[in-house]
Amino acid sequence: MLKYLFAKEEDIPQGSTALFFGVSSICWFIIGTGLGSFNAAKLAFPDWYHGLYALQFGHMRQVHVHAVIFGWIAMAFAASMMYITPALGNTKLWSEKLGIWNCLLYNVGLCFALALLWSGMTSGREYSDHIWPVDLYIAFVMVVPWSLNVWMTVLNRRTQGIYTTNWFFAACMFMTIIVFLVGNLPEFFHLTGLNEAYMTWWFAHNILGLLITPVAAAITYYIVPKITGNPLYSHRVGHLHFWSIVVFYSTPAAHHLMSAPLPEWLKSFASVEGVLILVPAVAYVCNILLTMQGKWSMFVTNIEIKFTITGVLLAIPLNMQGGFQQTRAINWYIHGTGWIVAHAHLALLGFSTFAEAAAVYYGLQVLLRRKLYSASLANFHFWMVLIGFSLYWVSMTIAGLIQGAAKIYEVPYVDVVIAEHPYMIVRWLGGTMVFFGNCIWLYNMVMTARAGSIVPVGRQPAEVAYTR
Amino acid sequence: MAFREYRIGCMMFGLALSTSMFVTIFLPGLDISGMSSTKLALEKQLTYGWESGFNYYDPFLRGKDKPIKVTLTKDPKTGAPMDKTNAYVFPAGTHFPDGLTHDNILGDKVQKASDEIGKIGEANEAQGGVFLVQTTADDTPYIEFATATRGWTTDAVLKAADNKSLAGSGKTLFIREGCWWCHTLLPEETQDWQTFGRPPLVGDFNGESPTTFGSDRKAPDLLHVGSRNSSREWLTMHFFNPRLVQPHSIMPRYDYLWGDKDKSGNPIDLKAWDREFMAYAKGESIYPPEVPIPADDSEARMLIDFVLNLK
Ligand code: HEC
Ligand code: HEM
Ligand code: HEM
Repeated sequence: MLKYLFAKEEDIPQGSTALFFGVSSICWFIIGTGLGSFNAAKLAFPDWYHGLYALQFGHMRQVHVHAVIFGWIAMAFAASMMYITPALGNTKLWSEKLGIWNCLLYNVGLCFALALLWSGMTSGREYSDHIWPVDLYIAFVMVVPWSLNVWMTVLNRRTQGIYTTNWFFAACMFMTIIVFLVGNLPEFFHLTGLNEAYMTWWFAHNILGLLITPVAAAITYYIVPKITGNPLYSHRVGHLHFWSIVVFYSTPAAHHLMSAPLPEWLKSFASVEGVLILVPAVAYVCNILLTMQGKWSMFVTNIEIKFTITGVLLAIPLNMQGGFQQTRAINWYIHGTGWIVAHAHLALLGFSTFAEAAAVYYGLQVLLRRKLYSASLANFHFWMVLIGFSLYWVSMTIAGLIQGAAKIYEVPYVDVVIAEHPYMIVRWLGGTMVFFGNCIWLYNMVMTARAGSIVPVGRQPAEVAYTR
Repeated sequence: MAFREYRIGCMMFGLALSTSMFVTIFLPGLDISGMSSTKLALEKQLTYGWESGFNYYDPFLRGKDKPIKVTLTKDPKTGAPMDKTNAYVFPAGTHFPDGLTHDNILGDKVQKASDEIGKIGEANEAQGGVFLVQTTADDTPYIEFATATRGWTTDAVLKAADNKSLAGSGKTLFIREGCWWCHTLLPEETQDWQTFGRPPLVGDFNGESPTTFGSDRKAPDLLHVGSRNSSREWLTMHFFNPRLVQPHSIMPRYDYLWGDKDKSGNPIDLKAWDREFMAYAKGESIYPPEVPIPADDSEARMLIDFVLNLK
């Protein structure tokens, strides 16, 4: 990588940026889930090691969250965009050199940002925990160059129209920058009080809704037609998905603060808009599942499709859960409990991670022009993540319902802690399975680069038979 | 942009996004900013100072640049006895909360009373000063700049004080140590009244930053913990090692906040303490080791002050 930093643009092989982002994302996935599993162990057994005070739960929790969101999810997005955007525009990436610098500074910046969070330097605002100088770095050094590459590639395309995936990518990068800068206004300008609290959640909600959800969906809009060979079921439904995301998903931020004393109209408005998010959700899921018509056997035989479709299927309970849990009738019961933690992991570890993992699997094979080293290891990875995630989700949902019941029956809090203990252990075991599966994935990918069978030019990796 | 449709699409996109931001940021912002401060909001601002998260004046979140909350039972100037009063001392150079420096934070009525009766316009950060929270006859809370109205200097007040609370510095540590990942500071309106006390009102937060409501509750709400649990001894043991007083607790130990020396200057040996504690936890010894009393300037002291101040 380093040798390309000062190379001429022509000398850098096409796809290098995507490759570096892809490999980094897998490494961050391992780090992030490792940290998650570590935190889970702390919540199950607070005293299982002594003396290492730097590894305090209160410091490590946000490091986990930011390692998985900025490290894994965002970098997997960057990797996907860097190879999908040019492929769909029938062109090459606008600037590989910018991309490589971007990838380097992204990794360096992220390490630095996480180290600061770890040391306790935080703004004290969930999801925008980074201090404002780091926010500026993220916006202008990490995200703007990335977006530039995407936008310019779309503009320089050699096709007439722009495919769904690409307008999703271009628009989402734009919205991400806006959300990042506007959402951090409380820090830049020291806003206080409820304004600060509300803007914190405006940021958190929109980064989930305008970056993570639509980009993960856009990736599947590429992967499924590309690998199955079926055209996208409906471009129009894609339009419905896009516009309803922009209109409905950008508005219900206040549903995260249903129990705070915000103006009542705002909470009611958020609650209604939140149910309307079901419009893009249903449009999207139907569109992808109908694209699969006639190719359902690939759900079993093809690893990328297996990951993608599992992710899409997980989006169904995710959005159903979301739509209901934010109505006042239900929110009071499950707010702030493990239920929400389960929902958050259903969203990020379920739906979005599965979609991104497929894109990284596929992307690395295409970029390396090598067939995946081992199908069995890939299947093993899939099942480790799926079973691990399911254990996590089920145990935290149950723990959440216990907490909810305890809220109304007003039991002494420590009894809740005792009742949750077994579920905390299950969560830890489940999470550790995910971590372990990811280590296997990295091994499989390294071996693919070294020993995967070569994919002939003009062929899909999926068309080449497995040797292992 | 080969197609006309793309240009129209971009414009529609811009329109949709800006309308959305108008409705979800501008309108709520107007509404929220129009809320008048309650008395609690004034007390909180004066206790917590300017900013409790990362900021230029306290980049490592050590609890610097914070006011001191004191309790007075005699007039610091004349020495005459008086009713128990809370005063907020800002040593010279301590940064003021937004309510004192911006006109649009407190709400019109509160701002007017604070200016006219409380003379807060005369206060400046370089010189510091002493503030009180008062209420007018028609129940409007306001801030009084006691250095101007009563001639109370910071030194005199600190000397006359019965009790000095470092709750402001404690809030910084509350944020740095991530207590809010487990504890909320927001009893819910629907069902928490009995267990955790009164949920906050709209005007309770003016000028506070960050508000750290917390979104995951793995532990009791702390907004009114000082009212139900006000024993400094219990809290000291609980922070040092929660398993001392609550064997099933999952709260982390905060013994490292004690620093190197305890209150009487004896060095603290955490490793040795841990060995004795583990022996006790295994049932090998009958008594747990003694918990050191935190030094007056230790981080543990600040955090305990903060918790006790949450009434
Ligand atoms: C891992 C989660 C966790 C973290 C982090 C945590 N606590 Fe706790 N805390 C608990 C649990 C669980 C209880 C209830 C059981 C008990 O009494 O120990 C508790 C109890 C308390 C209590 C007693 C509450 C009552 O109702 O009497 C106080 C006070 C408290 N914590 C303060 C803090 C402070 C201050 C911090 C930050 C330095 C902190 N906690 C960090 C989990 C946590
Ligand atoms: C119809 C769709 C959805 C709705 C209405 C919805 C609603 C909600 C609500 C109301 C909460 C807060 C609950 C509370 O704290 O009381 C929440 C939390 C969360 N949601 Fe969703 N959700 C939806 C889909 C999604 C999607 C698609 C994602 C991400 C890809 C997502 C990610 C999250 C995360 C990460 C949290 C946790 C926030 C926290 O830390 O508290 N949700 N959701
Ligand atoms: C890529 C995968 C993952 C993503 C994107 C992810 C994301 C998140 C997010 C957004 C939160 C905040 C949740 C909230 O506030 O509601 C969180 C918390 C947490 N995650 Fe993960 N996570 C992932 C994997 C894991 C794994 C494998 C584990 C291992 C057990 C884990 C353990 C935890 C723990 C213990 C918390 C703290 C929850 C709490 O405060 O109660 N996560 N994670």
